Amino acid sequence: MELLVASALGLLTSAGIYLMLRQRTFPVIVGLTLLSYAVNVFIFAAGRLVTNMPPIIDKYAAGYTDPLPQALVLTAIVISFGMTAVIVIMALGAFLEAGHDKIDMTDKDESANPAEGTK
Amino acid sequence: MSLALIAALPFLGALLPGLMIRAGKNACALVTGSVTALALLLLGLNAPAVLRGEVIHTRIDWIPSLGLNVNFFLDGLGLLFAGMILGIGLLIILYARFYLSKSDPMGQFYTYLLLFQGAMVGIVLSDNILLLLVFWELTSLSSFLLIGYWKHLPEGRQGARMALTVTGAGGLAMIAGMLILGNIVGSYDLSVILENKEAIQSSDWYLPALILILLGCFTKSAQFPFHFWLPHAMAAPTPVSAYLHSATMVKAGLFLMARMWPVLAGTPEWFYIVATTGLVTMVMAAKIALFKDDLKALLAFSTVSHLGLITMLLGFGTAEAATVAVFHIINHATFKAALFMSAGIVDHETHTRDIKRLGGLRTLMPITFAIATLAALSMAGIPPLNGFLSKEMMLEEAAHVVWGGNRWIMPVLATIGALFSVAYSFRFIAHTFLGPVRDDYPHHPHDPGIGMWAAPAFLVALVILIGLVPMTAAAWLVQVAANAVTGQEVEVYIKHWHGLESPALWMSLLAIGGGFVLLATHARWLAMWNAMPRPEAKPMFDAVISSLSHLATRITDRLHDGAISRYFAIGTVTIAAAAFYAFWTGTHTTGSRPLLPIEAVPFLGWLAMVLATIAIVIFHRNRLLTLVLIGIIGLTISVGFAYFSAPDLALTQISVEVATVILMLLALNFLPKQTPQESSPMRRFSDMAVAGISGFGIAVLAYALMTRDFAFPTIADYHIANSKPEGGGTNIVNVILVDFRGYDTFGEITVLGIAAILIYALTEALLRAGPANDRLLAWAPDQRRAGDRHPMMLVVATRLILPIALMVGVFIFLRGHNMPGGGFIAGLVVSIALVMQYMASGFAWTAARQKVDYHALIAAGVLIAAATGVGAWFNGMPFMTSDFGYVHPPLVEEFELATAAIFDLGVFLTVLGAVMLSLASLSRIALRAGETVNVEPFDIDPSEGRRIANEEAR
Repeated sequence: MELLVASALGLLTSAGIYLMLRQRTFPVIVGLTLLSYAVNVFIFAAGRLVTNMPPIIDKYAAGYTDPLPQALVLTAIVISFGMTAVIVIMALGAFLEAGHDKIDMTDKDESANPAEGTK
Repeated sequence: MSLALIAALPFLGALLPGLMIRAGKNACALVTGSVTALALLLLGLNAPAVLRGEVIHTRIDWIPSLGLNVNFFLDGLGLLFAGMILGIGLLIILYARFYLSKSDPMGQFYTYLLLFQGAMVGIVLSDNILLLLVFWELTSLSSFLLIGYWKHLPEGRQGARMALTVTGAGGLAMIAGMLILGNIVGSYDLSVILENKEAIQSSDWYLPALILILLGCFTKSAQFPFHFWLPHAMAAPTPVSAYLHSATMVKAGLFLMARMWPVLAGTPEWFYIVATTGLVTMVMAAKIALFKDDLKALLAFSTVSHLGLITMLLGFGTAEAATVAVFHIINHATFKAALFMSAGIVDHETHTRDIKRLGGLRTLMPITFAIATLAALSMAGIPPLNGFLSKEMMLEEAAHVVWGGNRWIMPVLATIGALFSVAYSFRFIAHTFLGPVRDDYPHHPHDPGIGMWAAPAFLVALVILIGLVPMTAAAWLVQVAANAVTGQEVEVYIKHWHGLESPALWMSLLAIGGGFVLLATHARWLAMWNAMPRPEAKPMFDAVISSLSHLATRITDRLHDGAISRYFAIGTVTIAAAAFYAFWTGTHTTGSRPLLPIEAVPFLGWLAMVLATIAIVIFHRNRLLTLVLIGIIGLTISVGFAYFSAPDLALTQISVEVATVILMLLALNFLPKQTPQESSPMRRFSDMAVAGISGFGIAVLAYALMTRDFAFPTIADYHIANSKPEGGGTNIVNVILVDFRGYDTFGEITVLGIAAILIYALTEALLRAGPANDRLLAWAPDQRRAGDRHPMMLVVATRLILPIALMVGVFIFLRGHNMPGGGFIAGLVVSIALVMQYMASGFAWTAARQKVDYHALIAAGVLIAAATGVGAWFNGMPFMTSDFGYVHPPLVEEFELATAAIFDLGVFLTVLGAVMLSLASLSRIALRAGETVNVEPFDIDPSEGRRIANEEAR
């Protein structure tokens, strides 16, 4: 099973990075989502894979998996939702303000205003 | 403790003026004054012990591992300086009350002033050089605020910036010097450093440390060639100038030289650097002061000159000279603060500080005239005022100093400096107050009220008192301060008459006579001065700064070209390269942990996820399809969590998944539905390579991690063992969240709330007049609309489901402490149930029935969580300690009550509010884009079977 999880993790990372390297906001957000899946699963996997041993105290339980990474990942999932929501609104705002959804500011007119000294 | 309190009081008090200004200016000034007076009182309580020769210590460990401790000590030098800072501070507060005009924000002024005062007191009381550096930088920052207080004046802003740049740069040099010093000695405690003279002076690092520390001192105390910032800082309001430039800020450099005197002084390097700089500064600045027409500029250069004088005395390296330096520090503070305040009064009354437009004020402003004249005579060194005493002693010391084998240079130049000093002091009196009364003052002058002249009058009283009876009035303070500076018992004997054979007498007479002659022929000298080309500091400074800022701009533009995808790529490649380098240079063995067998159903899940991921990459241009595929991936991940013994994660993941997809769908409504193909095949290939290599690295890393056992004993066992007995819950993950790591969770829900409010704020900004708003108003949907926006089936179904869904939410919340569930998951479940109502019945219908504001939910959640944490204090426990107990109500099974459940309620409310606020913000954008919403839930009335004339709201 470890091989399956590891390969899926690698694939998610690759897909996430590839999409984040695209030039429009939407694929970048999707890429970021994939990447946060990968990160969450990686942290979870740091607790090692265990089946049928949920961290619920029970006198009949044979043992428990490591609960700590789970607690970390649980809040990470919720926080990454918050961050995704922020970045989605930012992308939406950028698109509505600028009229396009490119992420790179390579236009000359946008970079043609260097700081005017210290005056 | 009381020493730390003295330093802390002004900082704490800095909060008050801003509040008290609402109660009026008098109340504001009174409160500010009380803070300073209280600090002064505390200092006074410690004074008797210090005067007996004791040194008072206060030690508080801050970061002991770095050697950074909040250690304070009070010796004679600290007492002298702290007394000056607080005492003159009190006078300045009084003076500023009457000086500032109606339009000046006085609360702000006093806040800045107290911040500055605290920083200064901190410097002079610090017993740890790192702490001292912190306060040192704080003076630079707070003086920046004070100098630039009149924000509307460009001179004020530029002067403040120049002061900050110069003193800040010096401060940086000093940090390096202090660190070297601390390294030599092996301790950052001043009292330890001061006992290690031999170790420091014999070290190879002595000279670098000396130069770096002196750079800090010289920039702060405006010594040549860093003197130029001080005159420009005169754009500040006069109370600031009087405070910063007589008794405090510029004296900080002198203080530090005096403080470090026992370990740094006495070497030829010290003598030549410090004494020479002081001498040059003294003579040069005195000469410039003679030709300045602005009263404050004249005083500024005279300050620079006197600072040079004191620096020179410290540079001589003898105990006698250091004693004179201490004495002159006191004298200079008294007469210079009085002079600045008098100049401020003149400016305040006549509306000009230009000497050329003044004169004849003697009869118009007799009180001011008396004060200013006495102070200026003291500055000139006329007996029997206090300036005379210390100047005489200075000349006496200078007369015996041999510079580079030459016996004459020092006494001659010192006499010339004194001569210029006499000339500009007399000029200050003569050209401002003497002469005929004019009829062209910009504003007809008269003496101000007592509030304004009381402070300088008090100082002038000190000038006279110290001048007449120095042994009674000042010698005791000079004695303890000089003891502290020199680290030995010094004899202080101040006298007026040094005898006819004393060279100082003749040098002094020469200076006074020469000064008169110089003033009498001033017009001729001025013409000569004006004809001579001279370097102006400001254009040179501006040129240096602007070339530096251009360089910085060029580098920044080059590195940050605005292409975010380039930053991503560089970051990813760098991380991957570092990881692969580490992998190849390390040693490896294969993992020994037994692998789990691959089973059929999980394998199918893996297959679904892999296919979905590959499909996302291939079809990512079709954005709607991407969202569907994201849903598949999220679903398999949550199933995976469930399979690998993480039921809580599975529940969280699946509910977050739903919320995320809904959110992105709503956003996609306003974004293009397709991504155009832009990148070249080459670019796509290289991106794929970067992504592939990184993914491969992560996969290998994860595999390596999972096939090994824990390298260190985990802390999991503690949590497992104590979850039930300590936290009172059997769901360990939930107990960790709400109890063991409750503080983390508290931080996290706060972040979540902030994120939601940020989304709200961004939406607000978009909906304000601007291009985004214009685009929304002119929005034309690019998709076909649904014929029936609120299908009856959906409406009825969601209504039926709502109570059940809410019940599920409550159930999940309540069982959370013992079984999978809890506040996070319950919050998500309930918000999805509510979102369903929005989707089915329309935004307006739902919003009309929504009783609670989402902002309020977020705030209530965070506050409840915080209150639960604070509640522990009342039980005498640390923040966030939970408590629980079991109750046995009749008829029902025993159940548990835990404060952690209240905390979890806070989590629940925050999550609910945050998710709903984010989604509702998107609905508001849709409304602006012309989306009409029903007031009625249906388009069709099911009972009559006809279309409702539905009133549409926008």
